[in-house]
Amino acid sequence: MISYFYRLMPAMISGLNTTLKVFSLTLILSIPLGVLVSLGRLSKIKPLNSAVQLYIWVMRGTPLLLQIVFIFFGLPIVGITFDRFTAVMIAFVLNYAAYFGEIFRGGIESIDKGQYDAAKVLGFTPFNTFIRIILPQVIKIVMPSIANEVITLIKDTALVYVVGLGELLRAGKIASNRDASLMPLVLVGIIYLALTALLEAIFKKFEGRFSYYH
Amino acid sequence: MVLRVENLYKSFKDNPVLKNVSFQLQAGEILAIIGPSGAGKTTILRCVNNLTNCDRGTIEVDGMYLCRDDGSRSIYAKQDEMLQIRKKLGLVFQNFNLFPHMSVMQNIVEAPINVFGTPREDAFKKANELLKMLGLTDKADSYPFELSGGQKQRVAIARACALNPKVMCLDEPTSALDPELREGIALTIEDLAKEGIGILLITHDMAFAKRVAHRVIFIDDGKIIEGSSKEEFFGNIEDNRIRKFMAL
Repeated sequence: MISYFYRLMPAMISGLNTTLKVFSLTLILSIPLGVLVSLGRLSKIKPLNSAVQLYIWVMRGTPLLLQIVFIFFGLPIVGITFDRFTAVMIAFVLNYAAYFGEIFRGGIESIDKGQYDAAKVLGFTPFNTFIRIILPQVIKIVMPSIANEVITLIKDTALVYVVGLGELLRAGKIASNRDASLMPLVLVGIIYLALTALLEAIFKKFEGRFSYYH
Repeated sequence: MVLRVENLYKSFKDNPVLKNVSFQLQAGEILAIIGPSGAGKTTILRCVNNLTNCDRGTIEVDGMYLCRDDGSRSIYAKQDEMLQIRKKLGLVFQNFNLFPHMSVMQNIVEAPINVFGTPREDAFKKANELLKMLGLTDKADSYPFELSGGQKQRVAIARACALNPKVMCLDEPTSALDPELREGIALTIEDLAKEGIGILLITHDMAFAKRVAHRVIFIDDGKIIEGSSKEEFFGNIEDNRIRKFMAL
């Protein structure tokens, strides 16, 4: 069994590579975009606010799988073509930015209005108020919800199979079909669990860094 | 004179909150604005600190116009001027509004360093002096959640003093304090006044106003009913509304 797992490893590692690439790129791009989305959602500029609301509705209201299919197979019909990986990344980043945006919005709205008043009387610009006073407090508040999304994301990466990208689960399924065995899928499950355990440990440490105040 | 408020008007929607409020504050003077809740006390304080824009009226802080009535509306100072005016104003909020993610020291030096470009060394030196004066030297590295109400208030005072203001405003300074701490805050306010800072405090705590204020303004329904020295005010309360409020 160990030697069988060992033989599966090259295919698994290649799949894992795609999984981690989609995962990390999505995180790096969608979290800052999520902050911007939350600001748009909270903006008093009506057209911006409405546009962001519509965007959030579409992104949260349709399956991510459908969004990937639409961007990769649908947009070429109107002449917009992306390669597989780019199409997948656009779908993931737009989708996750919507979720992160709503999480950040909740965090921002939970900050006491007095913090803005205090910053204003001390001469802070709105930008500096947000960066130095509001955002650090928001990050602490939203950390558990972000952790939840990130763990969902690592499993959502399996959806990229739909455009033919070989990620971890697909590598497992191919091996499973070929060898008429469930063991490759067991191995895939173990790898996902290991990744999730690692993420949980990282977030625990991260939350610890913010536990110095209440 | 460090603060002059003239013919201040403010309405929220169609509800007039301030109706022609005028008063002045001298350097080193402690002025208490008292009155029932909803009378417009907090709105005055918010207008003076430019947290709320007034509709009409003039507010002058130490020779600079925060806003100036041009006959039809109130024109506000431009951004760079506003920053200079902010430096002359300190405000201690009723619930202090300390920054919870920053230590006591960071709370105090944050604005001087990052807004006004004070050299770090000077900012920390000033902060240490303030902490010493307020008896908080051992709390410099504590976070707000670790402090008692009275300590938080003193940190808020230190933070407001870090920019050497000419006018210090205190919103209900006794409301969050245990009774035995009232004398302490009264002494602190007197110390600040002795440094030449004009103190504007709003309160509905008559006993505290009587203890600490040099002069008292009574406000009700957005209008100043009576303004006089403390002795006159408490010795000779003629107005019916004031008497009614005092009896409460």
